[in-house]
Amino acid sequence: MGKILRRTFLIGSTAIVGGAAFGYYQVTKKYPNPLEANLAEGETALTPYVLIDKKGITLISPRAEMGQGVRTTLAALVAEELDVSLESVNVIHGPASKAYYNAALLEEAAGKAVTDESAGAERMRGIVRVVGKMMGNQTTGGSSSTPDAYERMRKAGAAARYALLKAASKQLNQPISQLTTENGYIISPDGTKISYTEFSEGAAKIKLPAHPPLKPKSQWKLLGKSLDRLDMVEKVTGTAQYAMDVRLPGMLYATVKTNPHLGAGLIDYDGSKATASSSVKQIVPIDNGLAVIATNSWAAFKAIEEIDFNWEKASYPETTKDMVDGVAAVFDEKPDSTLRDDGDVEAALSDNDNDQIEMEYSVPYLAHSTMEPMNAVAHFREGKLDIWVGSQAPTRCVTIAEELTGLNAKDITIHNMWLGGGFGRRGETDFVKQAIQIAMATEGTPVKMIWTREEDMRHDVYRPLTLARFKGALKNNKLTAYDMRVASSPAAIDGLARQGTKVNIPDPTIVQNAWDNPYSIENYRVYGYRAPTMLPIGFWRSVGASQNAFFQESAIDELAHKAGLDPIAFRLELLNHNPSRKVLETVRDMADWGSPLPSGHSRGVAFYLSFGVPTAQIIEVAQTPQGLKMVNAYIAADVGIALDPRNVEAQLHSGMVYGLTAAIMGEITVEDGQVIQSNFHDYDALRMYQTPDIHVKILENGSKIRGIGEPGTPPAAPALGNAIFALTGKRLRSLPFHHNVDFV
Amino acid sequence: MKLTINGQDHEVDVDPETPLLWVLRDEIGLTGTKYGCGIAMCGACTVHINGEPRRSCSLPLKLVDGDITTIEGVGSPEALSAVQKAWVEHQVAQCGFCQSGQIMTASALLSQIDNPTDEEIDKAMSGNICRCGTYVRIRAAIHDAASRLKNEGAA
Repeated sequence: MGKILRRTFLIGSTAIVGGAAFGYYQVTKKYPNPLEANLAEGETALTPYVLIDKKGITLISPRAEMGQGVRTTLAALVAEELDVSLESVNVIHGPASKAYYNAALLEEAAGKAVTDESAGAERMRGIVRVVGKMMGNQTTGGSSSTPDAYERMRKAGAAARYALLKAASKQLNQPISQLTTENGYIISPDGTKISYTEFSEGAAKIKLPAHPPLKPKSQWKLLGKSLDRLDMVEKVTGTAQYAMDVRLPGMLYATVKTNPHLGAGLIDYDGSKATASSSVKQIVPIDNGLAVIATNSWAAFKAIEEIDFNWEKASYPETTKDMVDGVAAVFDEKPDSTLRDDGDVEAALSDNDNDQIEMEYSVPYLAHSTMEPMNAVAHFREGKLDIWVGSQAPTRCVTIAEELTGLNAKDITIHNMWLGGGFGRRGETDFVKQAIQIAMATEGTPVKMIWTREEDMRHDVYRPLTLARFKGALKNNKLTAYDMRVASSPAAIDGLARQGTKVNIPDPTIVQNAWDNPYSIENYRVYGYRAPTMLPIGFWRSVGASQNAFFQESAIDELAHKAGLDPIAFRLELLNHNPSRKVLETVRDMADWGSPLPSGHSRGVAFYLSFGVPTAQIIEVAQTPQGLKMVNAYIAADVGIALDPRNVEAQLHSGMVYGLTAAIMGEITVEDGQVIQSNFHDYDALRMYQTPDIHVKILENGSKIRGIGEPGTPPAAPALGNAIFALTGKRLRSLPFHHNVDFV
Repeated sequence: MKLTINGQDHEVDVDPETPLLWVLRDEIGLTGTKYGCGIAMCGACTVHINGEPRRSCSLPLKLVDGDITTIEGVGSPEALSAVQKAWVEHQVAQCGFCQSGQIMTASALLSQIDNPTDEEIDKAMSGNICRCGTYVRIRAAIHDAASRLKNEGAA
């Protein structure tokens, strides 16, 4: 698959439709329906998304529910067209399968600006979608679940409804045109209502249409409405099952410790003190460390602390300072990407009549710190493996299990549970691999493996430490040149490599959404510089957009102030994309921008277009005797079509708070080659008393439907930084802000 | 050792140093109470002992000195408490992992203060982290729960 991906990326702008690049047969070939492999007596699978028998209907919502509401929204896509209510059906994640591939995830890798909707750009995206399909990864991430499912899952619902109608037509001996449906029933011309379940066996014999007609938006009953989340009652009663909550007969409990010099090995150890305890059953070697298996989790936690480890050292630099130097050094090398190069930046910057400004920004490594530390339950016995896990990448879990056990995929079952937070961390499979290694060592006995918070904090794939250097030029207070250079280790290249796909392309995350930002500047350059990998890095909610928004929107704010112009007016002058202008104008009006504030208050604004969603935020801060307090926040975002407005609002709250935690206090540092931070006492999260009131407006001017799990995060840090500047006159060019400002 | 949990008696035979959290989860099978940090910094493990909110991850079994209430004892999907109803009404939970602890802390607050102000809510809830950032809705749900409890009391 690596070859195919590589070839695709090398196609460049000479667009070739998917069929020509890969062969029509490959592109159109369907994956087998995974539901058909395990049908119980009397069950019928109508598409990979609808399972029906005499007793009822089950919908498959095959993306990881990590808080973003995807279980409910995706089920609603099927339910809308199938014509059933969500209360009347059962909704499950379903099996791990290539049939649930994510085609939209890689769209940004097409290398086209997100606002470019030309035929050529759409063709390139089409090719990348085909690559996504052929890779067959059932991945949740990149704010892509909703755009990926929008047509596909509505079509599945419509095709299933068609099959039921057709079966009813035969069984009832009525022309199909005389039948209609209503909330899970077939309605005959005389008004008789018969449940869908009565037609399930007949429907199994009907050939499903590939392109059934879809309802116009005006007829939607579920979509576009705020629905009650399917997981809400479980989650407020403690009955929701996370992988950590799984209990099996005869189950044992494990925890692990692996080398804090990340990626390096275990030389030797002394476990004699640990095994002296009667509650400790076994010590199991795993990659770069050990697992302790005991009769309960706490006994395992305690025992692993009693092992003396002799760790190998890692090859990366030993301190944060050395790592910063390592990143800074690549500014002198050839750029990794040169995606934006409008006009002649060098010439504009050498014009002596310009007002010029140079700026240098930085952000540290960050951990994901999901509420639920990494964990999994695995049971290996009689040639079968079951894994209970919360995973953003269930098909990758299957591959790992095949490699480790030698079993075939059909003998491996992934039970994907609710995720206690994901944010990109649960797209990794390091912890799943450990659970399998443990289960293989305890064959026949199921084991629940839980990481301590300390293990979790110190063995993450972090958001990369990143530096940015700017030069800007103003002529008559107009921005004439903007030069942005960003350097970091390559999150996408490294992340793909961990998934077994080695590609050699410019890393798209280093300059993510900065190069294709919809500002028009005559001389506009954005270059990326690739630093070597030091700490392992990965996908952290909104990925490169999170730090690039801080860099760009702080720098633009500096330039606006240098020009003596209002920061919103300055941006509106530059914005060349209407939905983007609208969100900025909307947030301006929501906050009553420009109106007088009480003394000691100020406002800051930021705009960023990430994952196709233009998002603008304003934060109002107040100086109080206890420290700086965020009193109000305003968000306007455009998702094209808001399938569930109340859930979109929740995701904007969530994204912003996640971004504010990083802005104020998030920082992973390294000494002696090991991560220092270990728990919430030294890697805290924003708390309720620190959180502002957040006001949200959702716009639908964009031309495409977009996902909302991430776009709320990027503008948060610069909006806050710009508010602090407005209040104090102090420009903060590095995160986290708590080094320079006392917050409440 | 004998424990009273959600009105039921349980006999457990484990190391008395074991934190209550792991007794609840691993020995008794009440998994609604969550492990988040193990050092009483995040609040995911909050339970009530004689009605007072306590961090069960840092409370050794031998120091448990009263009746225990966990999230399972507050209400059930079939019979939600007023606080849980308010949580549903405001669609608070996202990933949901912290919400057992949030609800336990909020329930204890409302048993002490009928109609808390924003400041009182912020203070009481300051020990509970939510990485999904559901705070705005939690605050609204607590106000809502306060009026539900008042109406229940009046009825």
